[in-house]
Amino acid sequence: MAEQSGRLAENIVYFARALRAAGIPVGPGAVLDALAAVDAAGVGTRDDFYWTLHAVFVKRHEHSVLFEQAFRIFFRRRGYLDQLLASMLPQTPGKEEETPKPGAQRVQEALLSGLAETERPKPDVEVDARLTVSDREVLQRKDFAQMSAAEIAAAKDAIKRLVLSLDEVKTRRLAPHRHGHLIDIRRTLRASLKAGGAVIDLKYLGPRTKSPPIVALLDISGSMSQYTRLFLHFLHAVTDARKRVHTFLFGTRLTNVTRALKAKDPDEALAACSANVADWSGGTRIATSLHAFNKLWARRVLTQGAIVLLITDGLERDPDDRLAFEIDRLHRSCRRLIWLNPLLRFSGFEAKAKGIRTMVPHVDELRPIHNLESMAGLVQALSERGARAGDPKAWLEKVA
Amino acid sequence: MKQTPAPRSLPASIDATLDLLATADYLADRSLATVLFLALKMGRPLFLEGEAGVGKTEIAKVLSSTLGRRLIRLQCYEGLDVAAAVYEWNYAAQMIAIRVAEAEGAHDRGRLESDVFSERFLIKRPLLQALEPDPAGAPVLLIDELDRADEAFEAFLLEVLADFAVTVPELGTVKAAQPPIVVITSNRTREIHDALKRRCLYHWVGYPNAERELKIVRAKVPGIGKALSEQVVHFVQALRKEDMFKAPGVAETLDWAAALTELDAVALDPATVSDTLGVLLKYQDDIARIEGSKAKELLDDVRAQLRAAE
Repeated sequence: MAEQSGRLAENIVYFARALRAAGIPVGPGAVLDALAAVDAAGVGTRDDFYWTLHAVFVKRHEHSVLFEQAFRIFFRRRGYLDQLLASMLPQTPGKEEETPKPGAQRVQEALLSGLAETERPKPDVEVDARLTVSDREVLQRKDFAQMSAAEIAAAKDAIKRLVLSLDEVKTRRLAPHRHGHLIDIRRTLRASLKAGGAVIDLKYLGPRTKSPPIVALLDISGSMSQYTRLFLHFLHAVTDARKRVHTFLFGTRLTNVTRALKAKDPDEALAACSANVADWSGGTRIATSLHAFNKLWARRVLTQGAIVLLITDGLERDPDDRLAFEIDRLHRSCRRLIWLNPLLRFSGFEAKAKGIRTMVPHVDELRPIHNLESMAGLVQALSERGARAGDPKAWLEKVA
Repeated sequence: MKQTPAPRSLPASIDATLDLLATADYLADRSLATVLFLALKMGRPLFLEGEAGVGKTEIAKVLSSTLGRRLIRLQCYEGLDVAAAVYEWNYAAQMIAIRVAEAEGAHDRGRLESDVFSERFLIKRPLLQALEPDPAGAPVLLIDELDRADEAFEAFLLEVLADFAVTVPELGTVKAAQPPIVVITSNRTREIHDALKRRCLYHWVGYPNAERELKIVRAKVPGIGKALSEQVVHFVQALRKEDMFKAPGVAETLDWAAALTELDAVALDPATVSDTLGVLLKYQDDIARIEGSKAKELLDDVRAQLRAAE
């Protein structure tokens, strides 16, 4: 038995490694926990063993599917668990069904391709960053879509240097405040004790302020393809500065890339993003994507006065009533909905497309975003409260 | 103090855990019992996530009543701070004590300070209460809806859960002789930081299947008829498969079953369903979608399904 439990421990270690390969973050601490847990629960049925490991290794609901697949594949391939359980139980475990489940592909790839995934060599781009003043000015106004590779590199550099001033909202949390409105009895009492309780010098508390979360919904469909990479760079810069930023990409479906964008290095972050997304440069289904966002994410990320940046050209493949419904719901669940539309670069832009006309009445602000200047303008707008510069009604009136 | 049964020892196996929960009419599935058993055995906090109304909070209550332990509940909200969660000084009493000392002509500042900041003037809040020894055994500490508190509180909690100790600067460190049984729940309105989850055993509490939900309804709504309970459960199960903004939880099923029993219904009919839909669905858009023809359609499906099963 001692030798058997030794092999079980070894298997758990290998299994943890497999989970890591499949994308579930499992630290060495969790492995020790797993050993302790299996010890505590005892090796009973396959099911108990499964849930014991599940309790320790899975820390997010999304990982459940990956865990299930990894467990099935790992212990099927090695066949060890079945042997062990079979030797301890009168009955053998039932046969498993063979239909592929969601996540199977990912786990299978991770387990079977081994860890020999070669990293793609990064293209060497030599950038001459020593631009003259006038060059810089030109760069500021140049449409992202018309930039050469070198100019894009320079623009990325400029984005990195954008100073993100902080818009702040009051939170419910209190902090010591010179001109606060509440008396901080704890500090007051301590201060008065210093003087033996003779003098009572009032100390105050005021609300602590914090920058509200930003939620960005970025359209990555074909019509936006010239812009998406730079926007991602922009969002990466914002994520780095603001901490509470959630980024979602959508084309035909919605993908959350918040975690990927948390990487410090922008190229690394973008590479992680591309690895996560399956529908680059496809069509757009704005209504479907917004529906998914409203249903699955809105209640989780739109808290504490969040600002939503919706970055899309609004060219919906099949506009219908659902779009109006979903954008209305989105609008009602956030503090400020800012629509960034690169199409606004054309001075003669008119909100004619049906999708655009449907969405405009439901946004708080409609702004262009096609060059560095407009990006800087957005940053400015984010730090002002109630700025009316991009009033969407103006665009509707133009057509009417 | 509530009347509680005699303290019981912790369950010794997964089956014993299941039985323990069943004595309080909590019908858990085996996966939940496994996690709970491990949490009790290994002395780790249990982190429960899931949709609203699936019985996350109930687990802590059931644990406390079946094990005969005290239940200490900390309801989280935005802005929850140390003064509300851990301890606070009774300032009014302190002020009086200072005045009295002054009137008596006491001028020893050091003694005055140690007098004023003694345990007599300490108001203990849930986290500090949970660390105190209890003759009935370590209490059950329920930290409810952690996702409503802000990140700053989460970081503080991390410290408390790591070594079950709290430091009151004026008094020193209070350490639990026996760590409390900690149950943390979250509705996932935001993501809880990984560092906190890492210290806990995690479990996603899902909706029960029809068979288990039926048992739950019959256990919790005693007066309900066989036909009605079956129809209610299957209707709710069918509703969960629809594309709802907020699918009904077990709590809603129980409310609905109780409401229908109160209305003396013996079986579901489209009119009753439409009239009482507000018990089940809480968003106007969802209600508008289901009301009327859709409800009838679902109901017909449920009836056909139940007839086929007979």
